[in-house]
Amino acid sequence: MTDQKEAHVGDPLTDDPLVIAGRKFGSRLIMGTGGAPSLDVLGRALVASGTELTTVAMRRVDPSSSGSVLDLLAAHGIGVLPNTAGCFTAAEAVRTARLAAEALDTDWVKLEVIADEVTLLPDPVELLDAAEQLVADGLTVLPYTNDDPVLARRLEQAGCAAVMPLGAPIGSGLGIRNPHNIELMVQAASVPVILDAGIGTASDAAQAMELGCAAVLLATAVTRAHDPELMAAAMRSAVTAGRLAYRAGRIPRRRYALASSPPASSPRDGT
Amino acid sequence: MKIVINGATHRVADDMSLDLAVALITSSATGIAVALNGDLVRRASWPSTRLAAGDQVEVLTAVQGG
Repeated sequence: MTDQKEAHVGDPLTDDPLVIAGRKFGSRLIMGTGGAPSLDVLGRALVASGTELTTVAMRRVDPSSSGSVLDLLAAHGIGVLPNTAGCFTAAEAVRTARLAAEALDTDWVKLEVIADEVTLLPDPVELLDAAEQLVADGLTVLPYTNDDPVLARRLEQAGCAAVMPLGAPIGSGLGIRNPHNIELMVQAASVPVILDAGIGTASDAAQAMELGCAAVLLATAVTRAHDPELMAAAMRSAVTAGRLAYRAGRIPRRRYALASSPPASSPRDGT
Repeated sequence: MKIVINGATHRVADDMSLDLAVALITSSATGIAVALNGDLVRRASWPSTRLAAGDQVEVLTAVQGG
């Protein structure tokens, strides 16, 4: 009986893969690699997170640097997702994405086009322009976008394989500032909605999944936590719990109490 | 002639091919992409790509980020 029960509890997870552009993932937690104090800490955190897809940035080769994040990902069998971090125009982002595709032998790209250094908010006009060009190139484009349902729709119409709205600015840890908009995006989209940026702690990740997001992408919340490995494990559990809760369907919120015990035959009645 | 690789000026032989310029920066065989004056040059085309004075070469790889 115990075995059967455990099998039953496990099934909804294994039968519920994240699917992006036809590619299946057992984990709904996508990790970033920025901010980790060392490759060793990063490696342990990635393993603890259970992630199967992880972002990297493209920068000039530094002959003096030792160790490679690519080697680390390969050693753990984690898929690599290059981003276009640091690009401020569509032209820069398109060029970086093409270079990343060549360097990493992948046709997937996390598209970031940032408006300014202070907010790191996406520039919607440049983002859509870049997305259209890269989709035309045949790339699988996962755009980091504002929490704007209309822009999400335009990105989906442009052929993006997912839309990745921010919960709050990158690295802010402020959580999901506009859950209503995230919910609207989930309801309208026919591609996965992946909550990207703003996650501060496990409950934020669980909330994203409860709102119906297909996955969560985070880095800072783990890499700059006091104990990255432990926080990675927390995020893994939170994403799983939030997904299960979303699928289970939460009870409606009520203004007044609803007794959970049957009303009749209480001890007061003397029965 | 002088060319610029990853922002640093290098004095190299005239008509140097792109693969030799890349080799000045890294011996890595994978995980590298190269832009010449802003445009991607695929690895297969590096040996046949001749550089000219003033060319800007960018040699990129993946680093921690995002």
